[in-house]
Amino acid sequence: MLYRTAGQFKTSYRADQALFPIKQDAFLLGIILICAWVVFPLTASEFTFQTILTPILIYSLAALGLNILTGFAGQLSLGTGAFMGVGAYACYKMITLMPWMNPVIAILLSGVFSAFVGVMFGIPSLRIKGFYLAIATLAAQFFLVWLFEKWAWLYNYNASGAIQVPNLDMFGIYVSGPQASSMTQYYLVLFIVSLLTYLCINLTRGNLGRTWKATRDMDIAAELIGINLMKSKLTAFAVSSYIVGVSGALFVFMWRGAAEPNLFDIPLSFRVLFIAIIGGLGSIMGNYLGAILIVGLPVVLNTVPSALGFHVESALLEHLNIMIVGSLIIFFLIIEPHGLNQLWRLIREKLIIWPFPH
Amino acid sequence: MKDLYEPYVTDDGRTIGGCLMEMKNITLKFGGVVAIKDISFDIREGEIRAIIGPNGAGKSSMLNVISGFYTPSEGEVWYKGSVRPMMKPYEVARQGVGRTFQNIALFEGMSVLDNVMTGRLTHMKASLWEQAIWWGKAEREEVHNREQVEKIIDFLEIQAIRKTPVGRLPYGLKKRVELARALAAEPSLLLLDEPMAGMNVEEKEDMSRFILDVNDEFGTTIALIEHDMGVVMDLSDRVVVMDYGKKIGDGTPDEVRGNQDVIDAYLGVPHA
Repeated sequence: MLYRTAGQFKTSYRADQALFPIKQDAFLLGIILICAWVVFPLTASEFTFQTILTPILIYSLAALGLNILTGFAGQLSLGTGAFMGVGAYACYKMITLMPWMNPVIAILLSGVFSAFVGVMFGIPSLRIKGFYLAIATLAAQFFLVWLFEKWAWLYNYNASGAIQVPNLDMFGIYVSGPQASSMTQYYLVLFIVSLLTYLCINLTRGNLGRTWKATRDMDIAAELIGINLMKSKLTAFAVSSYIVGVSGALFVFMWRGAAEPNLFDIPLSFRVLFIAIIGGLGSIMGNYLGAILIVGLPVVLNTVPSALGFHVESALLEHLNIMIVGSLIIFFLIIEPHGLNQLWRLIREKLIIWPFPH
Repeated sequence: MKDLYEPYVTDDGRTIGGCLMEMKNITLKFGGVVAIKDISFDIREGEIRAIIGPNGAGKSSMLNVISGFYTPSEGEVWYKGSVRPMMKPYEVARQGVGRTFQNIALFEGMSVLDNVMTGRLTHMKASLWEQAIWWGKAEREEVHNREQVEKIIDFLEIQAIRKTPVGRLPYGLKKRVELARALAAEPSLLLLDEPMAGMNVEEKEDMSRFILDVNDEFGTTIALIEHDMGVVMDLSDRVVVMDYGKKIGDGTPDEVRGNQDVIDAYLGVPHA
């Protein structure tokens, strides 16, 4: 009943193609945005910012980038972690070479570098598909992490081999480095993530989005109706790697504060891939749901027992945590193999017609 | 008639114009297998041209040559008065050759509307930036193309399913959506690969009506492959008959029906 669409008539194609043809969707998003922009920052503690809010946003963005490539354009990639690394290192080099640069501009520009690298490693996709392409992107993963380790110029010949985020300020406020407050960083991340998500929604619902989906669903038919597959695949690689690169820069500059090459190793790629798959391939909102489950749930599980007054040994807690999260992932995938987003879509469909069965 | 290309008016009042496409001595080989052997024929503007023949005659290969999916080993394809150079299939499509497929090749993950909208992608010009920002050019273009697509949706009577995911549709409707997607591109030449395969009589009647209407209202030239002889003979203006990669007949349905080679190919020859 809350989601009843009766009475919402469309009188133009423009209205029918609006971002939210159903009023309730816009209302729901409004609530979420108010929570994200006002309620959470007012109520959250330092701990919540650092362990839940900021990482969920950053991982969502990374998964969004991967989802453009894998979910929308159908090109499987296992190199997400390395592309995040390219963004992070590019941002680090820009900031250290040009300290006067605005950090937000630097972060947004660092995606350009990863987009370029992404397109380079996307070229094999013109010949190979599916698992074989995944192996090719895996090569990118290993090669780039190796490069981060061996190419000392990238980390300014630091003795530790790691990159350390300097204190950076924007209009007199520290936005990264040890002196920046978590809330400032959260707002910055939120701004960039919201902006890129909005642009991605537009891209995926427009002509380019249909081109990608056509490439994913049936590439031969796509080519025979006039789609240039090379262009379609390479734009997907470029857009995807751009977003992934920006998320990598945020990952280091707005959250971790420092990074070693092995941070961008294959576990990170898998983590982002899991978020995209559990959230739902080919969806935008799914990335957020997936990130909440994969990033947020372990934190909640860690804090609940002590909040309830139980004393559990930390080692035991760690193991329990892995087991619970693991079984939840399996549970959700059995319930809905197309991910959490599909689960929400079904619920929404039912809500629209409720209380009638169809 | 073949050399003159004088426009003429058919019995049912359609005008058949000059030569739109001409296949000149096409041969197609896959290694040692010769799928098409030295075939020449033409397609005139505004006509419905059928390619028939027993299984394995090379009809689908012929259609794939026309749509640029196969490059002929020998011979030339003339289109709109000039030789077609080596081209990628998508470039051929952008020149105005649309097609449907024998086994339905729709984009299963998208709605009917999105599938048909995909057909119009060659008419959309907004850049990546304009699409990302959406306001302005991208939105205007989207609305304009939606209007065109809705005309085709009306025409093919699929209004009720426009928001349905294609995967949920029955076979006959999928065939119709595929036709809609091909039509959305506003092709000059429409290739239909077995548009009625696997349909019941009623669906065949519907599809025949749509093919005739498309030809009549939009003036689209149509080349089709079909196994149902009744349908072929009723629909088409001229028929090419193929057997074992060779052309064995070419002409109006009546001429082809009386051709001894064609009768032999379909009914067999007694071994005396």
